[in-house]
Amino acid sequence: MAAGLAAAASLPRPPPVLARRRFGFAAGLFDTWPNALVTLLLVWLLIRIGIAMWDWAIVRGVWEAETAEQCARTGGMCWAFLADRWRLILFGPYPYAQQWRPALAMVLFALLLGASLAPALWAERRSRLALGIAWPVTIAAIAALLWGGVLGLPAVPSRLWGGLPLTMILASVGVSGAFVLAILLALGRRSDMPVIRAICTGFIEFFRGVPLVALLFLASVLFPYFVPPDWTMDVLLRAQIAFALFFAAYMAEAIRGGLQAIPRGQYAACESLGLTYWQAQRRIILPQALRTVIPSLVNIFIAAFKDTSLVVIISMIDLLGAANASTAEAKWWGLYIEPYLFVALIYLAICAVMSAYSRGLERRLGLGER
Amino acid sequence: MSPVVTMRAVNKRYGPLTVLDRVSLEVARGERIVVCGPSGSGKSTLVSCINGLVDHDEGRIVVDGIEVSRAAGTLPAVRKRVAMVFQQFNLFPHLTALENCTVGPELALGIGKAEARASAMALLERVRIPEQAHKYPAQLSGGQQQRVAIARALAMRPQVMLFDEPTSALDPEMIREVLDVMVELADTGMTMIVVTHEMGFAREVAHRILFMDFGRVLQDAPPERFFAAPATDRAREFLSHILRKDAA
Repeated sequence: MAAGLAAAASLPRPPPVLARRRFGFAAGLFDTWPNALVTLLLVWLLIRIGIAMWDWAIVRGVWEAETAEQCARTGGMCWAFLADRWRLILFGPYPYAQQWRPALAMVLFALLLGASLAPALWAERRSRLALGIAWPVTIAAIAALLWGGVLGLPAVPSRLWGGLPLTMILASVGVSGAFVLAILLALGRRSDMPVIRAICTGFIEFFRGVPLVALLFLASVLFPYFVPPDWTMDVLLRAQIAFALFFAAYMAEAIRGGLQAIPRGQYAACESLGLTYWQAQRRIILPQALRTVIPSLVNIFIAAFKDTSLVVIISMIDLLGAANASTAEAKWWGLYIEPYLFVALIYLAICAVMSAYSRGLERRLGLGER
Repeated sequence: MSPVVTMRAVNKRYGPLTVLDRVSLEVARGERIVVCGPSGSGKSTLVSCINGLVDHDEGRIVVDGIEVSRAAGTLPAVRKRVAMVFQQFNLFPHLTALENCTVGPELALGIGKAEARASAMALLERVRIPEQAHKYPAQLSGGQQQRVAIARALAMRPQVMLFDEPTSALDPEMIREVLDVMVELADTGMTMIVVTHEMGFAREVAHRILFMDFGRVLQDAPPERFFAAPATDRAREFLSHILRKDAA
């Protein structure tokens, strides 16, 4: 007995993996009478809502109409409006004949992002190199497409940009700028150097404490008063900077939370190996800290994506602004549900993709987790 | 031959608490020192001062001719010569066992990827877990993790190895596998400073035993003398306590 125990103890065994209890699909739905009742009630409600939606959108939907009035006959959804105005909603005031350019730019961006997010492409050195080349090339191509003025493309100033491309530019450039800044702010706020710490803390508290609307207003309207009159800066760029600064403050605090979760022993190990501060941060501390805060970072990414719609107050016409503008024409006056539903579904789809990716990322990174 | 580690009248205080009180020590190359004493006696602080993880307040610490201080460039130079194994292993959880052993050499020593991998693999073989090279720390037992940590420290090609209670966080059946690796390391002539309560290990490999209490080195003697004639009541008390526990 004792010998058996000793032999068993000397075998190196992997620590047991705690398996979660598995439940069937319908577990907890019908196990008691009250639960069954609630389940049935909710199913009935869902079916009723589904039937009502179907009836509104399809059965009573109007496909052929010239005006909002003609559409209103059945009280159903006005597909004719969307068929007429979808390009305005998607591309805003971008010149109609040139709208293939932002469309192509978005496709390029989606492909680039899709490729960059595929873990397989990061595994190999060659494909990493290809990505490193693809990024600047694609971004240059997107810029050329949108601005024009090269290769025979007519120039389109950025104040005419709008719709989904504008939303995506504001969100992606703003969030990536904010992310880099946020890492520096989070590290700075935990620095041993009092001046750095004070600057970072002050920055975070200021930009977190001011409403985004006020910041955008400041960037677009008040900025020219603060700089010499011969200074000009694109209003899109100014809005972009305002976004980046605002969301950097939020992300910095999320990242700081992740940094605080790193045990002191990790720092001691880095130091004892002789790693420099930046080596330790880049290879050991940040990779661990960032993965623990993926949920709150994605939270902020999604909020930032939706908050880009606030640029409407500085008269930029993003996706939501374009939806708003789409009913301005007299013949479509009075339609509200269709344009907003349309853009809501676009926002929802993009946010769903972000959430799904972050779930996959968490699962993948969870592999070596404690 | 000049000592590889010299401490002269080193003091360390945390507020009103004195954790190191005029500690002096000389360690020759190839010498193996075991530091023991009750908890809170300053043992861990002593070894942590040697590679500058803890700043000492007064006195001098010299490692291989370099004085340990905050002066620019000193600490990296000291840490290239001194490697450390921790009580809680402190492996990097997001890196595999092998990567844990290559990250230091690659970044701090500037060794090429292929060479770092090859020598890390050789070290994992030496601590007898080559088959775990591509596992993450969470997938390893405590004993295996600590052996990876020893390999990680050795990968830095140090002149001195510090061990801060390397077996205290381990289940009893895993202590032996870690101690075996340490005994083998001792056989290679490595300079070792080991904080431990494993008196069997001390008797087997130590050249000298340092008994500490209240931040002072109360006795510095070869193991035979230390076990036969503890110089102080505190040491006697400590020994009888530890040995009684070992016997149980």
